Amino acid sequence: MEAVEIRSVVKRYGTVTALHGVSLTIGDNQFFTLLGPSGCGKTTLLRLIAGFEAVSEGEIRLFGADIAGLEPNLRPVNTVFQNYALFPHMSVLDNVAFGLKMKGIAEGPRRDRAGKMLEMVHLSAFADRMPQQLSGGQQQRVALARALAPEPRVLLLDEPLSALDLKLRQAMRVELKQLQEQTGITFIFVTHDQEEALTMSDRIAVMSNGRVQQIGTARQIYEAPANRFVADFIGETNLLPVDVETVVEGRATVVLPGGHRVLCPAGDASPGKHHLSIRPERISLSDAGDIRAVVERVIYLGTDLQILTRLPGGTPLHLRLQNSARIAVPVAGATVGLHLEEGAARLLVD
Amino acid sequence: MLATKTPDTGGTARTTPLLLPTWVVIGVFLLVPVLLMAVYSVLTKEFRGGVIWEFSTAAYEQFFITRGLFGDEPAQVEWTYIGIFWRSIWQAAVATLICLIVGFPTAFFIATRPPASRGIWLFLITIPYWVNLLIRTVSLKFLLRDKGPLNEAMMGIGLISGPLPLVNTNLAVQLGLFYSYLPFMVLPIYAAVERYNFALSEAASDLYASRWVTLREIILPIVKPGIIAGCILVFVPSLGAFLAPDLLGGAKTFMIGSLIEEQFKGSQGNWPFGAAIAMILMSLVLVVLMFYARSAAKGRP
Amino acid sequence: MKGVRHYPGFLALTVACLVILYAPLIVVTIYSFNDSNSITAWGGFSLRWYTDVFTGPEAPRFKSAAWNSITLALIAATTSTAIATAAAVAMVRGGRFRGKSLTFALINLPLMVPEIVIAVATLIFFSAIGLTPGYLTILIAHVTFCIPFAYLPIAARLQGIETNYEIAARDLYASRAQAFRMILLPLLSPGILSGYLLAFIISLDDFIITNFVKGAGMETLPTAIFGSVKQGIKPNIMAISTLMLAVSVAFVSLSYLINRKGRQSA
Repeated sequence: MEAVEIRSVVKRYGTVTALHGVSLTIGDNQFFTLLGPSGCGKTTLLRLIAGFEAVSEGEIRLFGADIAGLEPNLRPVNTVFQNYALFPHMSVLDNVAFGLKMKGIAEGPRRDRAGKMLEMVHLSAFADRMPQQLSGGQQQRVALARALAPEPRVLLLDEPLSALDLKLRQAMRVELKQLQEQTGITFIFVTHDQEEALTMSDRIAVMSNGRVQQIGTARQIYEAPANRFVADFIGETNLLPVDVETVVEGRATVVLPGGHRVLCPAGDASPGKHHLSIRPERISLSDAGDIRAVVERVIYLGTDLQILTRLPGGTPLHLRLQNSARIAVPVAGATVGLHLEEGAARLLVD
Repeated sequence: MLATKTPDTGGTARTTPLLLPTWVVIGVFLLVPVLLMAVYSVLTKEFRGGVIWEFSTAAYEQFFITRGLFGDEPAQVEWTYIGIFWRSIWQAAVATLICLIVGFPTAFFIATRPPASRGIWLFLITIPYWVNLLIRTVSLKFLLRDKGPLNEAMMGIGLISGPLPLVNTNLAVQLGLFYSYLPFMVLPIYAAVERYNFALSEAASDLYASRWVTLREIILPIVKPGIIAGCILVFVPSLGAFLAPDLLGGAKTFMIGSLIEEQFKGSQGNWPFGAAIAMILMSLVLVVLMFYARSAAKGRP
Repeated sequence: MKGVRHYPGFLALTVACLVILYAPLIVVTIYSFNDSNSITAWGGFSLRWYTDVFTGPEAPRFKSAAWNSITLALIAATTSTAIATAAAVAMVRGGRFRGKSLTFALINLPLMVPEIVIAVATLIFFSAIGLTPGYLTILIAHVTFCIPFAYLPIAARLQGIETNYEIAARDLYASRAQAFRMILLPLLSPGILSGYLLAFIISLDDFIITNFVKGAGMETLPTAIFGSVKQGIKPNIMAISTLMLAVSVAFVSLSYLINRKGRQSA
């Protein structure tokens, strides 16, 4: 049985529609991420699952049961809030034990379990401190322990790492991933940071403007973006406006700006105007390459070289090369030959 | 940055002329009088009212000690005035409680309205406050009288057969105090609830707490400073209130305010005694305020 | 799901609260139009009690009391507002200076001390220095306790005005006095006006302190009403009450609107 089923959920606030008929399923024991820019509806969806708001239309099922009308305190779902929402007037231990207290667990077993949770997040020494005395990273781990203590079936995390600095964030990503594998609980993670999504998730739902744009693994989303939004939002890409001339047996002949022709898988495309997505790292310099472009600028990035070129006609195309002694670094103004790796070009139907 | 520094209009030299009028007015016409009142409480009373400048503790003795009708029996505790103080404390406490029970939900409700309408609700709550206290108390008296509209209405719909004697009761006084000072309870609680982070309520709900348990375990402890402030702001003025007890109460509900007022009326007045009572009242208020200051300081980590 | 802000019963209590607050006032207002000598039985709509207030047997007394109240309030409000404005400028813009917290305590003193204690102390003071109770004693007392009331809105507004404007003016060769008069004062005016209205109403409405220090011959409107009420509530009292009610509401609404407009413009 799926852990969470979202069926055609619509959410309206007055005249504004935040979610337009979203459907997706989340399996048990998965690390599932909702990824998208601010305002895309990911947090709204999370709050609907948690129960802080009601759906305008559609169904939400938790392990098969319809939870749409249930108050949050009746759902076996717990949340790690973006700003932690730790109760300021209670000690760390009491915070972590709160959900257990509400479920009627006696004081002794309660303290034991809360203590174990604190151990799990390496904060046992802070049990009697007040939340305000802890650093941001520590507060975040208390929030995590508090949400996991009542053994929910699903854990919701609302951009929990966004307030932490880089090093801490990277460390926490690993810890969270391990925790999910350890506990076997379904984690639903909301973030706008695509690197986070790519490194942690089993599956990702990319959202924009209240709609799901694509669902898949990190690899699927990166290598086979379903549309322009996903291609552009995930990683870097060159989005070239192209003309599809012919489609023969699933392979399309595509005219690039500047005139050069390439062959690539057609997908659903039919002849006409579309966009082609080419990842910068899949383009290489080659004297024998038949795409000619003029180098505008070379940017030194330490590990990489970023080379900005322009195709005949002026359309920009940029490449990323790994910095190595073997590369003859081109000069600005020089004309170079470019070679597209097999499968580098992906046709996006408009 | 230049723009963020306070402009240099300060310094003791510059502020002194600006503050001089304030110091003079409040210093001379409030601070000095209060100190003078302290002095008067240990002077001798003059028969036509006023004082003779002779040191005497008669005023305080009169308050606490009785020596019988003719003044020649051994000293015993005088309970009359202590009783009046005790009753005033009791009345003020009950009024504060009523204000709290009605005022907390009201303040909470208003603080949880959409921001646009909050101002209007607050405005509605505070308009009656801006009506003259005397007028408000008179209106309440009018409403509660035996032949007043409230009784007429209740008899009219058959709720009661004869008029409820509402005026001249403890209840009327407590209602009067409630009516006088309710906004003082509502506003501090409103301010505290408005600052409260409702994500905490969501967290509590997420962790299986019902909304009433959330209120008890999470919200109340956090807005407690506002509640205490509200209680103080109602209790202290109620202690020394004059109008509500005088107009709505009777002989059985005699309170400190009326007791003090009596001492300064015409030739039966006893100024030192009145001053002494006022001093005792002020001490009481100071004790309450000190408790408040200490609990406010403790609340801060 | 009703959301975490919803608590059943709170709306009802709030409405009940408002009903309790407004009921006596509404009832008095309605009965002030009662065309009947009795104050209980309804005799029809009439303005006779309003005419009685202005032309009836007690009219001269009330008129002189009203005149006293209004003039006292005008003078007291003006004086206390001026004093409070100076104090606010010093406290908010003065930075750190010696005696700042003491001054703060002093400004708030009239709010801390119970009104009846202020009344007694003031009476004793005037008696001790030999000043006859009357107009002047009332005026002095009013100015004193109106200062904190005028101070509060002025200081609040002043805190909301960024110092940038005055700094810019000084940068453009304005003297301190010029910067104050041409930049700060206009921006401050809604707060000053608000404080003035507040002080005016406080003075107009005061009873206890006025009653203590007024002496035998003088009446202000509240003391006159009180005296009349002691003899029994008559319909003309309700007419006066309604009039004062209307004045209060008008003033407070005015103060509120001025504040709102002022906040939008700075």
